[in-house]
Amino acid sequence: MDKLEDIVREALDLFAGIDDAVELEQVKARFLGKSGALTDLQKGLGRVPAAERPAMGVRFNAAKEQLEAALTARRNAIQQKKLEAQLAQESLDVTLPGRGSGSGGLHPVTRTLERIEDLFHSLGFEVAEGPEIETDFYNFTALNQPENHPARSMHDTFYLDDGKHLLRTHTSPIQIRYMEKHRPPIRIIAPGRVYRVDSDATHSPMFHQVEGLWIDDSVTFADLKGLIAEFLRRFFERDDLKVRFRPSFFPFTEPSAEIDMSFGDGWLEIGGCGMVHPQVLKNVNIDSEQFQGFAFGLGPDRLTMLRYGVNDLRLFFENDLRFLKQFS
Amino acid sequence: MKFSENWLRNIIDPPLTSTALADVLMMCGLDVEAVESAAPPFAGVIAAEVVEIGKHPSADRLQVCRVNTGGETITVVCGAPNVAVGMRVALATVGAKLSGMEIKQAKVRGVESSGMLCSAKELGIADDASGLMALPADAQLGADVRKVLDLDDALITIKPTPNRGDCLSMLGIAREVAAMTGCTMKPMPATAITETTAERVEIALEAGDACPRYTARIVRGVDVRAKSPRWLVQRLERSGLRGISAVVDVTNYVMLELGQPLHAFDFAKVEGGIRVRFAQDREMLKVLNGQELKLDPSCLVIADQKKALALAGIMGGADSGVTDGTQDVLLESAFFAPTAIAGKARALGFGSDSSYRFERGVDFAATVQALDRAAQMIVEICGGHAGPVAEARGALPPRPQVRMRRARAERVLGITVSAQDVAGIFSRLGYVFAQQGDEFLVTPPAYRFDLAIEEDLIEEVARIRGYDHIPEGKLVGPAVILPAVETRLTSRRLRSRMVARDYQEIVSYSFVDKNWELDFCGNESPAMLANPIATQMSAMRSSLFGSLVDCLKLNLARQQERIRLFEIGCCYERQGSGYGQRRMIGGIAYGGAVTEQWGEAKRRVDFYDVKADVESLLGGRSVRFEPVRRQALHPGRAAGIVIDGRLAGVLGQLHPALQQKYDFPYEPICFEINLDLLSDSPVIQFQEFSRQPTVRRDIAVEVGETASTEAMVAAMKKAASALVFDLAPFDVYRGKGIDSDKKSVAFRVLLQDTSKTLTDAEVEAEIGRLVHALQEEFQARLRK
Repeated sequence: MDKLEDIVREALDLFAGIDDAVELEQVKARFLGKSGALTDLQKGLGRVPAAERPAMGVRFNAAKEQLEAALTARRNAIQQKKLEAQLAQESLDVTLPGRGSGSGGLHPVTRTLERIEDLFHSLGFEVAEGPEIETDFYNFTALNQPENHPARSMHDTFYLDDGKHLLRTHTSPIQIRYMEKHRPPIRIIAPGRVYRVDSDATHSPMFHQVEGLWIDDSVTFADLKGLIAEFLRRFFERDDLKVRFRPSFFPFTEPSAEIDMSFGDGWLEIGGCGMVHPQVLKNVNIDSEQFQGFAFGLGPDRLTMLRYGVNDLRLFFENDLRFLKQFS
Repeated sequence: MKFSENWLRNIIDPPLTSTALADVLMMCGLDVEAVESAAPPFAGVIAAEVVEIGKHPSADRLQVCRVNTGGETITVVCGAPNVAVGMRVALATVGAKLSGMEIKQAKVRGVESSGMLCSAKELGIADDASGLMALPADAQLGADVRKVLDLDDALITIKPTPNRGDCLSMLGIAREVAAMTGCTMKPMPATAITETTAERVEIALEAGDACPRYTARIVRGVDVRAKSPRWLVQRLERSGLRGISAVVDVTNYVMLELGQPLHAFDFAKVEGGIRVRFAQDREMLKVLNGQELKLDPSCLVIADQKKALALAGIMGGADSGVTDGTQDVLLESAFFAPTAIAGKARALGFGSDSSYRFERGVDFAATVQALDRAAQMIVEICGGHAGPVAEARGALPPRPQVRMRRARAERVLGITVSAQDVAGIFSRLGYVFAQQGDEFLVTPPAYRFDLAIEEDLIEEVARIRGYDHIPEGKLVGPAVILPAVETRLTSRRLRSRMVARDYQEIVSYSFVDKNWELDFCGNESPAMLANPIATQMSAMRSSLFGSLVDCLKLNLARQQERIRLFEIGCCYERQGSGYGQRRMIGGIAYGGAVTEQWGEAKRRVDFYDVKADVESLLGGRSVRFEPVRRQALHPGRAAGIVIDGRLAGVLGQLHPALQQKYDFPYEPICFEINLDLLSDSPVIQFQEFSRQPTVRRDIAVEVGETASTEAMVAAMKKAASALVFDLAPFDVYRGKGIDSDKKSVAFRVLLQDTSKTLTDAEVEAEIGRLVHALQEEFQARLRK
């Protein structure tokens, strides 16, 4: 029966040297096929004395199992090798850029306006809008700025060719338009483009403003300070930001304040605010003994410059893609 | 207004550093725009006298000067052309530090020099480098030049708000400092004046409302060539004014000191008495700035019996002012009503320090005080005999009491204020007031024109207590949940969709070149600005195309190759007797359909690429496209965008003529949509869907070149039964195998039954109906 051992050894040696699945099956047939070496040997079992047959049968089965196991292992190995070869062949240069269409970007001032809207939205302020071509009434008169008021010289106004209409010099007319249609409590912000006859390194004839208005029965100047300061700290995501209110004058607020924020060693003016002037409330038939509140106007262009370190206001309106794409 | 800190400290001197003093001014509302040193820091520069000048042995342009420093006489080499014996000069001694440089004992071309004689420029005081700066002849020898010239001073520039005309003077600023700090002011210079003539000018006040108070006095025998004292000129200069002549300098000085603009007439030019009247129509007046004005009856003038002498409160006349030949002066101090002056200067195109103050309001109780002060100074400096005050009065502004309730102040400010606090603040402000418990009745001073209502006084309480001392309030208000309209295409949604489609947002001017309106809109009559800053920014745009094209051009010039831009902004047009405006979104695409990249064939963006962008932008809306004609667009490649049945926008290729005119190598594709025409879409409603298998069949037909795909789809849909649930073109082919006036269009048809699997026979029958419809309506030929 050494022959059995010889066959097994030979088969195992052969299997181990085969790298191809088809060849492996062919070689398998040479041993385990119908006329394979092992099969042939098994056929001779009948000639073995009966007493030895059971033991021989056990040995044959063991040998078969051994070969089958070796085959399976070999098949798996070949499969694995093949897969590895395929994977190696399929590997990509993962550093090549992705394909397809890219995405554009928002204008930096829009980024700021959206953040301002979000921050105030979280406090219950709705967004209101108004026309850019305004009347003298809404832009000035209703805001307690009668004709020839020296405060009007603070605004160099663009007039339309009918001599009656103008480009709004601030977003404050939206206060009036909104209060004409709504009663307190009122909480709005009104972002938009505004226009003044002014053009130099730090002024653009068109720029942005965000107006805010909160009218209720007991909204105070202290609340105004709290709101603006908190807004600025959230906007700049800096809890150590210092905010200063200093007395100022706007015809449509009393008391009035300029809003400064700390910047480097000094202060930067970023808006104006104040308690809504009783005359303005009267102009829209709101009883100033019953209701009071504040209004503010912020400069989103300036806020954008501060947040992103932009050093020239004119860049916002020049629309150079080398600038704009930095905010994508 | 610019002023010298030392001058202010002469009136009130709080124990504060310059910086702290500037902060006080800032926090009382006098916007401090600048604080500059009167001179840069330097040390070791003293007053010295040149006593002897000799030639330098080896340099023609240099001189060897002997200089008396008060204690000794030293030798200094000097190259200045104006050096002269007896001149008092600024000597930088050995060891002196001038703008970072130290003066050393040195040999100058072989001669020992113990210092340097300085020009104004070398000291950093002025730009004059032409020669040595002459010190006053009485400058004490050896004294520090900083003391001699009062250089340890700061120049403070403030910009009071328009309601605070009272702060346009040293007196006014000092009053504010007193109120803010609690310090007391030193008494202002006494204005005792000895009248040495009895002559009084006649005043006919014919415009008592515009000029409620007019005072004047004659000063005879004035030496107009007398020089203003140095301190006076220096104070003027540190306020940004130049010394002109003693009389004019005095009027300017008193204006700065007390806030009252004054005017000096050459009395010899006044024929008869003074008339304060409105101008006659087309009356001519030449004013001091040289302009010849044609007046109208809204202009208030100071006139004599024959002619206008001055534009009241704004500018004197060129022919009636003080000149070198003047002997007798008529000094005017008046109160012109703010409303009579306001806007006038702007309408005329020039203003003056005087009109700036009058239109904001000057102290009408101090008219004579200023007149006295000026007359006294003129007599002191120029000699002469002052006459008594002539005065005419109209109706001075009433000073109604203003009530302030303490509780109201607390409610507005959100702080607690005791009645004692309020009384203290009003006292410090110098108000005359009556207190009845918690109510205060304040009579506004004659110099305050901004105290009319309770809130004005509340602001004063807050201001003097200090805005810094009002705490930041907690944010308390009704909790609300704001509307969130899901079905609206808000600006934000539109923007994010455009960004997702690879467009960059721009913000461009709403006013454009009038020619753009012609080029892109054929608009001959756009809404125009009356006062544009430039002609190419004079028309209000009626379309975004001009701005988009302009921005495209700008970026192409800056070597960008693939450009996709969008903007949301207003467009405007004439409408009836006024103007209409609508919110628009517009976009433009140029260059590659996608960014140049590996593995993708290069292809230029075309109509259909941008159409897909527009469809994506309007996703959720029912949108149709139909041929349209627009001036800006290629007539065969332009579509009207019909949203919910309304023509709301256009899309197309820029007209080749414009492409050429604006010099684009390739064709830009652009669109714009009127956002005001977008209504909210209905909320999405779930539709039951069939779970049966779907069957796809393709139909390819050959049709005439002009057949509209949309019409073909519509014809098939009309013929289709409910089995067809999707039907769309997926290929268009022209060329080989197709006649030149034909095209081949392939449609994908998806069929499905709601309850069973479709049989081939059912499918074929359905497809047959669709093909039949195309054959009937479009003479289509089925391709195999």
